[in-house]
Parts: sequence; structure tokens; C-alpha cells
Amino acid sequence: MVQGMLTVALTFYGISICISVFRIIIGPSLPDRIVALDMIGVMLVSSIAIVSVMLTTTAFLEVILILAILAFISTIAFSKYIERGVILEYRRDD
Amino acid sequence: MNIDGTIEFIAALFMLAGSIMALISAIGIIRLPDVFTRSHAGTKSSTLAVLLTLVGAFIYFASNQGFYSVRLLLGIAFVFLTAPVAGHVITRAAYRANVKMADTTVEDELKDVMDQVREEAEKERSETGEVIIEDEKVADKEHSR
Repeated sequence: MVQGMLTVALTFYGISICISVFRIIIGPSLPDRIVALDMIGVMLVSSIAIVSVMLTTTAFLEVILILAILAFISTIAFSKYIERGVILEYRRDD
Repeated sequence: MNIDGTIEFIAALFMLAGSIMALISAIGIIRLPDVFTRSHAGTKSSTLAVLLTLVGAFIYFASNQGFYSVRLLLGIAFVFLTAPVAGHVITRAAYRANVKMADTTVEDELKDVMDQVREEAEKERSETGEVIIEDEKVADKEHSR
């Protein structure tokens, strides 16, 4: 019963990731693609949580934190690139 | 059904609810008309999805193995803290990059302010002849509002 529910939940997450990949492919503008990419990162985090529950191991829980941090930093870097055209600024007079 | 089985069932129910939320958010991201509405689906409901799933995993490990995972709690707090910030930053960058809104948009209040700031910058530049970076002026105006 519990295993079946977890399998269904993992399938739903897989479908959601596929739909987000479709949005990345067809997305008309760059911010669309980044919203979808951020969503893929968040959904990967939760599917890793489900996988670690299915395998009843706590070894994957570090991956959750690191993936969440990477998704956030990549989103910030991409939106900074859209806004200014550069990622790292070298102006010294701020 | 003993008490452990019931708690595991509740944890699995949490995860199933989270995955249904994720499916709803995916439908939103494919169906909504422009990037400003899509960012709602991409940040709000998927934050709820990951929150429900991680809470389910926390309950499962707490009941099954007696392991109260600090990493899962940290992950919950981090996602809950950063997903709205990321959504805001993406939407701000999209507005600055002049991404086209949907045809059904009825009001754009920020447009007047941006136009006003741009006119002022033009005027000041023609008076003093010095180069002004418009982005910084817009940022000042936004902060002072």
C-alpha cells in the first residue's frame, strides 16, 4: 500500500518534470525557461526524498540540501544575467 | 493496522498530496499565458509540493527508524525561504528585459514610473551633458517608493 502510493507519487513527479522540460524547449523567452528550470530543481529535490523513503536509507538526504542550494544560486545568476548582461560585476565604486 | 503502519500511511499520504500539487503546478506552467503568471505556478505551488513531500519524508524516517533528520528540516527551511526570493528575482528581471505580457493584461502600474524615470534621465542628461546610468536611477526610485 505505502509502496504503491510512493510509486504513484514518483510517477507524478516524473510527469511534472517532463512537462517542465517541454516548457523549456518551447518557452518563448529566456525567463520562461528559467522559471521552468527552477521548478525542475525543486521537483528533483522532492523526488530524491521519495526515492530515499522507498529505499529506506538516509544517505541521500545531503543531496536534497545541496541540490536546493544549487538550484537557488543558478536561478539568481541567470536572472542577474538577464537583467544586466553580466553575472559578476567588477565596478569598484559601489 | 498498528500505530507504526498508520503513521507510515500518513507520511505516504503527505507525499502523494505533494506530488498532486506538483502535477497541478506543472499544468499551470504549461497552460498559463505569460511569464508573470507562469512564475506563480512555478514558485508558489511547487514550494507547497516540496514542503509536503519533505514533511512526509521526515515523518516516515521519524516513525520507521527513530531518526529525526536535521538535514530534512534544514532543507524545508531553505526551500521555504529561497523559492519566493527566486520567483521575485526572475519576475523582476523579466520585467526589466521587457518581456511581452499576455494580451489579457488589464493594468501595468510600474510602466508609468519607469517612463517617468526615463524622461527625467533624458532631461538631466541633456542639461548637464554627463552620462547617467538609467538602471541606477530606476533602482533608487523603486527603493524610495
